[in-house]
Amino acid sequence: MPGAILKVEGLNKSFGGIKATDDVNLSVEENELHAIIGPNGAGKTTLIAQLSGQQMPDAGRVIFRGRDITRAAAHRRARLGIARSFQITSLVMDMSVLDNVALAVQARHGHSFRFLRPARKVAPIRDAAMAYLAEVGLEDRAERPTVALSHGEHRLMEIAIALAAEAPLLLLDEPMAGLGAEESARMVALLKGLKGSRTILLIEHDMDAVFALADRISVLVYGHVVATGDPVSIRGNDAVRHAYLGEE
Amino acid sequence: MAGLSRTALATIVLLGLLAVLPPIFVWTGNAFYVDLATRLVILGIAATSLNLILGYGGLISFGHAAFLGIGAYGVGIPAYHAIFGGFPAVASFNGFFQVLLSTGVAALFALITGAICLRTKGVYFIMITMAFAQMVYYFFVSLSTYGADDGLVINMRSEVPLIDLNAPLQLYYLCFASLVAAMLIVRTIVNSRFGMVLQGAKGNPERMVSMGYNIFRYRLTAYVISGAMAGYAGALLGNFTTFISPDMMDWTRSGELMFMVILGGAATTLGPVMGATLFIVLEEVLQIVLDWLEPVAEPAYTALTGRDLQLEVYWHLPFGIVLILVVLFVRGGLMGLIRGRRD
Repeated sequence: MPGAILKVEGLNKSFGGIKATDDVNLSVEENELHAIIGPNGAGKTTLIAQLSGQQMPDAGRVIFRGRDITRAAAHRRARLGIARSFQITSLVMDMSVLDNVALAVQARHGHSFRFLRPARKVAPIRDAAMAYLAEVGLEDRAERPTVALSHGEHRLMEIAIALAAEAPLLLLDEPMAGLGAEESARMVALLKGLKGSRTILLIEHDMDAVFALADRISVLVYGHVVATGDPVSIRGNDAVRHAYLGEE
Repeated sequence: MAGLSRTALATIVLLGLLAVLPPIFVWTGNAFYVDLATRLVILGIAATSLNLILGYGGLISFGHAAFLGIGAYGVGIPAYHAIFGGFPAVASFNGFFQVLLSTGVAALFALITGAICLRTKGVYFIMITMAFAQMVYYFFVSLSTYGADDGLVINMRSEVPLIDLNAPLQLYYLCFASLVAAMLIVRTIVNSRFGMVLQGAKGNPERMVSMGYNIFRYRLTAYVISGAMAGYAGALLGNFTTFISPDMMDWTRSGELMFMVILGGAATTLGPVMGATLFIVLEEVLQIVLDWLEPVAEPAYTALTGRDLQLEVYWHLPFGIVLILVVLFVRGGLMGLIRGRRD
């Protein structure tokens, strides 16, 4: 596939006797929104952890823009251009909202062994961070301590941080997790706006959201990809129905 | 005082008192209190340096006294050889050379041990930093040339231009200026981009890594800066006490520095100095109070045991109770109290 930005080949990962990732093959094309769905315990989070480097696979390869990153450390992968959001909100709670996003911007402005100038006075970084907050609609929350924001706002912050990395590939781990209907709709609208201009690998539980957003969907069951295709073909796929609806 | 925060006000008051009180002590014939103030200020520098990694970095280092001790020996060993001969490479009274040695060796020690310690987390980090400090402690205990556990008397203080360190007030003001400099340095560092990464790694290391930061390198750098600063404080301490011994590096000393930081308010500029002040003041006041109480308690004690009562040596007990109360009931230490409740 010519446009594949991320390729996963024969990925395997076991915990004890349980195969969390079972011979996973996957490709993500440039500027597509590729969703991974699957029932609880299908190994979605384990898969994303291996893509972003929190966990190392037992076998197989991860190729990002033609480069084998299977064994690269997490911070190296971030530097190479893989940004991620976390299923369980992962923010620096005792910092302000803007500080959190500014750290993500700062990460791609060279090294941070800069000791003298106050970080909060570096206009290019602060302005850019503010722009990402505006993109997710949190600009009026910028100076608030992160801990004071609602869960829904934390989820939006996760997206702002992922965007701030300006990464060629965004791994979004269940951005709708724990959101109410209204907040979910806001998130779907936000992701719809990003679609087409960014390459996104979306892991999501919310089926309505996935079918509304995805260009392609891969279905993960017991660590194995049972089907990949556009939303229409996935909806009609027997293996998928079987996995989700159980015995017929 | 519109526009001036309570924190800023506290800073002005405390540093102002430290700036003007010592000469007043001398004029009123209480020279002893200058010694107390000097010790306070030196411990304030050490606590400030610890605050960089403990308060802002979230790295609970339980071996900070080792840097202080290394710094003190960095003055003592050159002075010893300059007087008694031998080891010409270090024999010197030159203050700049001694400080360079103190901070340099402390930084090197921080680099080597930090590179190992920072690969661990949580309780393991606490234990391994303490273990390395105890190694240094026993290393100096085993060095009989430098007095082993009896310690080493520094017969000549460091020679520096313009200042005579034998004059208590001059030594004091050197230490005080160093404290202000240390506070400004730490403040500048924590507000810089480097400091943001350091604090981010305290709040959420996983997030920082996924943003692309190699947090190990940032933490190690902070650890080395902190160690070097504590080494500098040790050089001042050696000049102040003119007697150094491995006791300065005992793990209880490291614990005292941690108390100062936490008591005063971790991750604040003034907190460690507040903590050092409270520590020194309590130490004195409690001994005085116990001394007052002694005549009251003595008859009963003597009747029971047939011995004289030395009540003031038990000042650690009420001191410990105060510590526990502060930790339990005052969130954010003294600075938390001063700042008041937010949000």
